[in-house]
Amino acid sequence: MPEQGPDRKAEIARQFIEAIPHSRELGMRLEEIGGGVAVISMPWDARFVGDPKTGVIHGGAVSALMDTCCGAAVISAEKTPGQTATLDLRIDYMRPATPGQRIVARATCYHVTRSVAFVRAVAHDDDAEVPVASAAGAFTAGSGEDRRPSTEAIS
Amino acid sequence: MKRPEPVGVIKQRRDAALARLVGGVPYISWLGIAFERKGDELTATLPFAEKLIGNPMLPAIHGGVTAAFLESTATMELAWQMLWDVVESKQLDPEEITAETMPRLPKTIDFTVDYLRPGLPRDAYARARVVRSGRRYASVQVEAWQDNRGKLFAAATGHFLMPSRDG
Repeated sequence: MPEQGPDRKAEIARQFIEAIPHSRELGMRLEEIGGGVAVISMPWDARFVGDPKTGVIHGGAVSALMDTCCGAAVISAEKTPGQTATLDLRIDYMRPATPGQRIVARATCYHVTRSVAFVRAVAHDDDAEVPVASAAGAFTAGSGEDRRPSTEAIS
Repeated sequence: MKRPEPVGVIKQRRDAALARLVGGVPYISWLGIAFERKGDELTATLPFAEKLIGNPMLPAIHGGVTAAFLESTATMELAWQMLWDVVESKQLDPEEITAETMPRLPKTIDFTVDYLRPGLPRDAYARARVVRSGRRYASVQVEAWQDNRGKLFAAATGHFLMPSRDG
Protein backbone atom coordinates (compact mmCIF):
# COMPACT_ATOMS: atom_id res chain seq x y z
CA MET A 1 0.00 0.00 0.00
CA PRO A 2 1.66 3.25 -1.09
CA GLU A 3 1.76 6.07 1.41
CA GLN A 4 -1.15 8.51 1.10
CA GLY A 5 0.49 11.67 2.48
CA PRO A 6 -0.23 15.14 1.10
CA ASP A 7 2.58 14.94 -1.48
CA ARG A 8 1.46 11.52 -2.66
CA LYS A 9 -2.14 12.76 -3.00
CA ALA A 10 -1.01 15.81 -4.95
CA GLU A 11 0.93 13.52 -7.27
CA ILE A 12 -2.09 11.24 -7.80
CA ALA A 13 -4.24 14.29 -8.55
CA ARG A 14 -1.65 15.67 -10.99
CA GLN A 15 -1.45 12.38 -12.89
CA PHE A 16 -5.23 12.08 -12.94
CA ILE A 17 -5.80 15.61 -14.25
CA GLU A 18 -3.06 15.43 -16.86
CA ALA A 19 -4.59 12.21 -18.24
CA ILE A 20 -8.00 13.76 -19.00
CA PRO A 21 -8.38 13.90 -22.79
CA HIS A 22 -10.92 16.74 -22.84
CA SER A 23 -8.88 18.95 -20.51
CA ARG A 24 -5.83 18.40 -22.72
CA GLU A 25 -7.89 19.32 -25.80
CA LEU A 26 -8.82 22.61 -24.14
CA GLY A 27 -5.15 23.29 -23.37
CA MET A 28 -5.61 23.23 -19.59
CA ARG A 29 -2.47 23.57 -17.47
CA LEU A 30 -2.24 22.51 -13.84
CA GLU A 31 -0.60 25.42 -12.02
CA GLU A 32 -0.91 24.36 -8.40
CA ILE A 33 -2.31 21.39 -6.49
CA GLY A 34 -2.44 20.02 -2.96
CA GLY A 35 -4.35 20.01 0.30
CA GLY A 36 -7.75 20.41 -1.31
CA VAL A 37 -6.78 23.40 -3.47
CA ALA A 38 -6.24 23.33 -7.23
CA VAL A 39 -5.32 26.07 -9.70
CA ILE A 40 -5.79 25.33 -13.41
CA SER A 41 -5.49 27.72 -16.35
CA MET A 42 -6.86 27.61 -19.90
CA PRO A 43 -5.71 29.70 -22.88
CA TRP A 44 -7.97 31.78 -25.13
CA ASP A 45 -8.53 29.93 -28.41
CA ALA A 46 -10.60 30.97 -31.45
CA ARG A 47 -12.16 27.48 -31.55
CA PHE A 48 -13.69 27.96 -28.09
CA VAL A 49 -15.42 31.28 -28.85
CA GLY A 50 -19.11 31.47 -27.99
CA ASP A 51 -20.01 34.84 -29.49
CA PRO A 52 -18.20 35.63 -32.74
CA LYS A 53 -19.25 39.29 -32.48
CA THR A 54 -17.16 39.77 -29.34
CA GLY A 55 -14.66 36.89 -29.46
CA VAL A 56 -15.59 35.95 -25.89
CA ILE A 57 -14.97 32.33 -24.83
CA HIS A 58 -18.13 30.18 -24.57
CA GLY A 59 -19.51 29.62 -21.09
CA GLY A 60 -19.29 25.88 -21.75
CA ALA A 61 -15.50 26.01 -21.98
CA VAL A 62 -15.42 27.93 -18.70
CA SER A 63 -17.68 25.19 -17.24
CA ALA A 64 -15.20 22.52 -18.35
CA LEU A 65 -12.37 24.45 -16.68
CA MET A 66 -14.39 24.88 -13.46
CA ASP A 67 -15.45 21.22 -13.39
CA THR A 68 -11.89 19.98 -13.94
CA CYS A 69 -10.49 22.37 -11.33
CA CYS A 70 -13.13 21.43 -8.73
CA GLY A 71 -12.55 17.71 -9.36
CA ALA A 72 -8.79 18.20 -8.97
CA ALA A 73 -9.31 20.02 -5.66
CA VAL A 74 -11.43 17.10 -4.39
CA ILE A 75 -8.87 14.46 -5.38
CA SER A 76 -6.06 16.43 -3.75
CA ALA A 77 -7.95 16.78 -0.45
CA GLU A 78 -7.20 14.51 2.48
CA LYS A 79 -9.74 11.73 3.17
CA THR A 80 -10.95 11.47 -0.45
CA PRO A 81 -10.30 8.52 -2.81
CA GLY A 82 -8.17 9.04 -5.91
CA GLN A 83 -11.20 9.62 -8.10
CA THR A 84 -14.42 11.60 -8.03
CA ALA A 85 -17.53 12.44 -10.07
CA THR A 86 -19.58 15.63 -10.20
CA LEU A 87 -22.97 15.45 -8.48
CA ASP A 88 -23.92 19.02 -9.25
CA LEU A 89 -22.19 22.20 -10.27
CA ARG A 90 -23.54 25.74 -10.38
CA ILE A 91 -21.67 28.42 -12.27
CA ASP A 92 -22.30 32.17 -12.03
CA TYR A 93 -21.00 34.27 -14.88
CA MET A 94 -20.04 37.70 -13.56
CA ARG A 95 -18.57 39.21 -16.70
CA PRO A 96 -17.25 38.12 -20.12
CA ALA A 97 -13.62 36.96 -20.09
CA THR A 98 -11.41 39.33 -22.11
CA PRO A 99 -10.56 37.75 -25.50
CA GLY A 100 -6.90 36.79 -25.84
CA GLN A 101 -6.32 36.35 -22.11
CA ARG A 102 -5.78 33.12 -20.14
CA ILE A 103 -8.51 32.17 -17.68
CA VAL A 104 -7.25 30.93 -14.31
CA ALA A 105 -9.54 28.97 -11.98
CA ARG A 106 -8.83 28.33 -8.30
CA ALA A 107 -10.94 25.68 -6.56
CA THR A 108 -11.10 24.88 -2.84
CA CYS A 109 -12.55 21.68 -1.45
CA TYR A 110 -13.77 23.15 1.86
CA HIS A 111 -15.59 20.21 3.39
CA VAL A 112 -15.54 16.43 3.00
CA THR A 113 -17.97 13.92 4.48
CA ARG A 114 -17.81 10.13 4.12
CA SER A 115 -19.55 10.38 0.75
CA VAL A 116 -19.61 13.99 -0.44
CA ALA A 117 -17.03 16.70 -1.09
CA PHE A 118 -18.11 20.36 -1.22
CA VAL A 119 -16.21 22.70 -3.50
CA ARG A 120 -16.07 26.40 -4.39
CA ALA A 121 -14.16 27.97 -7.27
CA VAL A 122 -13.41 31.39 -8.74
CA ALA A 123 -12.06 32.21 -12.22
CA HIS A 124 -10.16 35.32 -13.34
CA ASP A 125 -8.49 36.63 -16.46
CA ASP A 126 -5.65 39.20 -16.36
CA ASP A 127 -7.85 41.51 -14.27
CA ALA A 128 -7.55 39.95 -10.83
CA GLU A 129 -9.98 42.43 -9.26
CA VAL A 130 -13.29 41.28 -10.76
CA PRO A 131 -13.87 37.52 -11.21
CA VAL A 132 -15.07 36.20 -14.57
CA ALA A 133 -17.07 33.40 -12.97
CA SER A 134 -17.59 31.54 -9.72
CA ALA A 135 -18.74 27.99 -9.07
CA ALA A 136 -20.15 25.88 -6.25
CA GLY A 137 -20.59 22.15 -6.42
CA ALA A 138 -20.92 18.78 -4.73
CA PHE A 139 -18.72 15.86 -5.79
CA THR A 140 -18.63 12.19 -4.83
CA ALA A 141 -16.10 11.31 -2.14
CA GLY A 142 -16.99 7.69 -1.49
CA SER A 143 -15.91 4.55 -3.32
CA GLY A 144 -18.02 5.69 -6.27
CA GLU A 145 -19.87 2.34 -6.38
CA ASP A 146 -23.20 3.73 -7.56
CA ARG A 147 -21.64 6.17 -10.02
CA ARG A 148 -20.25 3.51 -12.31
CA PRO A 149 -22.15 2.82 -15.51
CA SER A 150 -24.55 0.00 -14.72
CA THR A 151 -24.36 -3.14 -16.84
CA GLU A 152 -27.96 -2.43 -17.76
CA ALA A 153 -26.95 0.92 -19.24
CA ILE A 154 -24.07 -0.63 -21.14
CA SER A 155 -26.06 -3.41 -22.79
CA MET B 1 -57.47 34.66 -50.05
CA LYS B 2 -53.68 34.32 -50.02
CA ARG B 3 -52.36 30.89 -50.99
CA PRO B 4 -50.22 29.24 -48.29
CA GLU B 5 -46.49 29.19 -48.98
CA PRO B 6 -45.14 26.00 -50.59
CA VAL B 7 -43.80 23.64 -47.90
CA GLY B 8 -40.37 23.51 -49.54
CA VAL B 9 -39.99 27.28 -49.29
CA ILE B 10 -40.93 27.29 -45.61
CA LYS B 11 -38.58 24.43 -44.76
CA GLN B 12 -35.69 25.95 -46.65
CA ARG B 13 -36.15 29.30 -44.92
CA ARG B 14 -36.25 27.76 -41.43
CA ASP B 15 -33.39 25.32 -42.01
CA ALA B 16 -31.23 28.08 -43.48
CA ALA B 17 -31.91 30.34 -40.49
CA LEU B 18 -31.05 27.53 -38.04
CA ALA B 19 -27.87 26.64 -39.93
CA ARG B 20 -26.71 30.29 -39.85
CA LEU B 21 -27.44 30.53 -36.13
CA VAL B 22 -25.65 27.32 -35.11
CA GLY B 23 -22.82 27.77 -37.62
CA GLY B 24 -22.05 31.16 -36.11
CA VAL B 25 -20.80 29.73 -32.82
CA PRO B 26 -17.28 28.25 -33.14
CA TYR B 27 -17.38 26.34 -29.82
CA ILE B 28 -20.60 24.50 -30.77
CA SER B 29 -18.99 23.36 -34.03
CA TRP B 30 -15.81 22.36 -32.19
CA LEU B 31 -17.77 20.13 -29.79
CA GLY B 32 -19.63 18.68 -32.80
CA ILE B 33 -23.13 19.58 -31.58
CA ALA B 34 -25.85 19.45 -34.26
CA PHE B 35 -29.47 20.65 -34.03
CA GLU B 36 -32.43 18.87 -35.55
CA ARG B 37 -35.64 20.81 -36.16
CA LYS B 38 -39.27 19.65 -36.10
CA GLY B 39 -41.36 22.75 -36.66
CA ASP B 40 -39.94 25.13 -34.08
CA GLU B 41 -38.81 22.32 -31.73
CA LEU B 42 -35.09 21.67 -31.52
CA THR B 43 -33.22 18.56 -30.42
CA ALA B 44 -29.47 18.80 -29.92
CA THR B 45 -27.16 15.86 -30.64
CA LEU B 46 -23.63 15.49 -29.31
CA PRO B 47 -21.92 12.69 -31.25
CA PHE B 48 -19.38 10.84 -29.11
CA ALA B 49 -15.72 11.63 -29.75
CA GLU B 50 -12.50 10.68 -27.92
CA LYS B 51 -11.74 14.33 -27.18
CA LEU B 52 -14.91 14.56 -25.04
CA ILE B 53 -13.68 12.01 -22.48
CA GLY B 54 -13.22 13.15 -18.90
CA ASN B 55 -12.51 9.85 -17.20
CA PRO B 56 -10.40 7.55 -19.41
CA MET B 57 -10.78 4.63 -16.96
CA LEU B 58 -14.57 4.22 -17.25
CA PRO B 59 -14.56 5.86 -19.89
CA ALA B 60 -17.06 8.67 -19.36
CA ILE B 61 -17.83 12.02 -20.99
CA HIS B 62 -16.22 14.99 -19.19
CA GLY B 63 -18.61 16.78 -16.80
CA GLY B 64 -17.59 20.02 -18.43
CA VAL B 65 -18.65 18.69 -21.83
CA THR B 66 -22.02 17.74 -20.40
CA ALA B 67 -22.40 21.25 -18.94
CA ALA B 68 -21.33 22.84 -22.22
CA PHE B 69 -23.74 20.64 -24.19
CA LEU B 70 -26.69 21.59 -21.97
CA GLU B 71 -25.76 25.27 -21.89
CA SER B 72 -25.41 25.39 -25.67
CA THR B 73 -28.80 23.71 -26.03
CA ALA B 74 -30.38 26.32 -23.72
CA THR B 75 -28.73 29.29 -25.45
CA MET B 76 -29.62 28.05 -28.92
CA GLU B 77 -33.24 27.42 -27.87
CA LEU B 78 -33.57 31.04 -26.71
CA ALA B 79 -31.75 32.45 -29.74
CA TRP B 80 -33.79 30.24 -32.07
CA GLN B 81 -37.07 31.53 -30.63
CA MET B 82 -35.91 35.13 -31.25
CA LEU B 83 -34.67 34.31 -34.73
CA TRP B 84 -37.85 32.40 -35.56
CA ASP B 85 -39.96 35.51 -34.93
CA VAL B 86 -37.67 37.67 -37.05
CA VAL B 87 -37.49 35.22 -39.94
CA GLU B 88 -41.14 34.14 -39.97
CA SER B 89 -42.34 37.77 -39.96
CA LYS B 90 -40.04 38.29 -42.98
CA GLN B 91 -38.05 41.02 -41.25
CA LEU B 92 -34.92 39.13 -42.16
CA ASP B 93 -34.11 36.86 -45.11
CA PRO B 94 -32.09 33.86 -43.84
CA GLU B 95 -29.87 34.04 -46.91
CA GLU B 96 -28.88 37.54 -45.90
CA ILE B 97 -28.00 36.73 -42.29
CA THR B 98 -24.44 37.74 -41.50
CA ALA B 99 -22.57 38.08 -38.21
CA GLU B 100 -23.76 41.71 -38.27
CA THR B 101 -27.48 41.15 -38.88
CA MET B 102 -27.81 38.03 -36.68
CA PRO B 103 -29.74 38.82 -33.49
CA ARG B 104 -27.38 38.99 -30.51
CA LEU B 105 -27.11 35.83 -28.40
CA PRO B 106 -28.48 35.71 -24.83
CA LYS B 107 -25.82 35.85 -22.09
CA THR B 108 -25.69 33.20 -19.37
CA ILE B 109 -26.19 34.62 -15.88
CA ASP B 110 -25.98 31.30 -14.05
CA PHE B 111 -26.22 27.64 -14.95
CA THR B 112 -26.69 24.64 -12.63
CA VAL B 113 -26.17 21.08 -13.80
CA ASP B 114 -27.37 17.92 -12.02
CA TYR B 115 -25.24 14.93 -12.97
CA LEU B 116 -27.65 12.01 -12.74
CA ARG B 117 -25.60 9.25 -14.40
CA PRO B 118 -22.16 9.04 -15.98
CA GLY B 119 -22.11 10.19 -19.60
CA LEU B 120 -21.38 6.99 -21.51
CA PRO B 121 -19.09 6.88 -24.56
CA ARG B 122 -21.90 7.23 -27.08
CA ASP B 123 -24.11 9.94 -28.61
CA ALA B 124 -26.10 12.23 -26.30
CA TYR B 125 -29.28 14.19 -26.93
CA ALA B 126 -30.79 17.25 -25.26
CA ARG B 127 -33.88 19.40 -25.38
CA ALA B 128 -34.46 22.75 -23.70
CA ARG B 129 -37.69 24.25 -22.43
CA VAL B 130 -38.04 27.99 -21.93
CA VAL B 131 -39.87 28.22 -18.61
CA ARG B 132 -40.14 31.96 -18.71
CA SER B 133 -38.93 34.55 -21.16
CA GLY B 134 -39.31 38.19 -20.25
CA ARG B 135 -37.93 41.31 -21.86
CA ARG B 136 -34.64 41.12 -19.92
CA TYR B 137 -34.43 37.73 -18.24
CA ALA B 138 -35.19 34.17 -19.27
CA SER B 139 -35.30 30.93 -17.30
CA VAL B 140 -34.57 27.69 -19.15
CA GLN B 141 -34.59 24.00 -18.19
CA VAL B 142 -32.66 21.39 -20.15
CA GLU B 143 -32.77 17.58 -20.14
CA ALA B 144 -30.13 15.30 -21.63
CA TRP B 145 -30.26 11.58 -22.29
CA GLN B 146 -28.42 8.87 -24.20
CA ASP B 147 -30.06 5.52 -24.94
CA ASN B 148 -33.42 6.00 -23.26
CA ARG B 149 -35.41 9.23 -23.38
CA GLY B 150 -36.79 8.47 -19.91
CA LYS B 151 -33.38 7.93 -18.30
CA LEU B 152 -31.75 11.34 -18.09
CA PHE B 153 -27.99 11.45 -17.54
CA ALA B 154 -28.04 15.18 -16.82
CA ALA B 155 -30.52 17.98 -16.24
CA ALA B 156 -29.89 21.70 -15.89
CA THR B 157 -31.56 24.98 -15.14
CA GLY B 158 -30.19 28.37 -16.08
CA HIS B 159 -30.92 32.07 -16.18
CA PHE B 160 -30.08 34.25 -19.14
CA LEU B 161 -29.87 37.95 -19.92
CA MET B 162 -31.74 38.65 -23.15
CA PRO B 163 -30.18 41.05 -25.66
CA SER B 164 -31.97 44.39 -26.01
CA ARG B 165 -34.25 44.19 -29.04
CA ASP B 166 -33.49 47.67 -30.30
CA GLY B 167 -29.84 46.84 -31.05
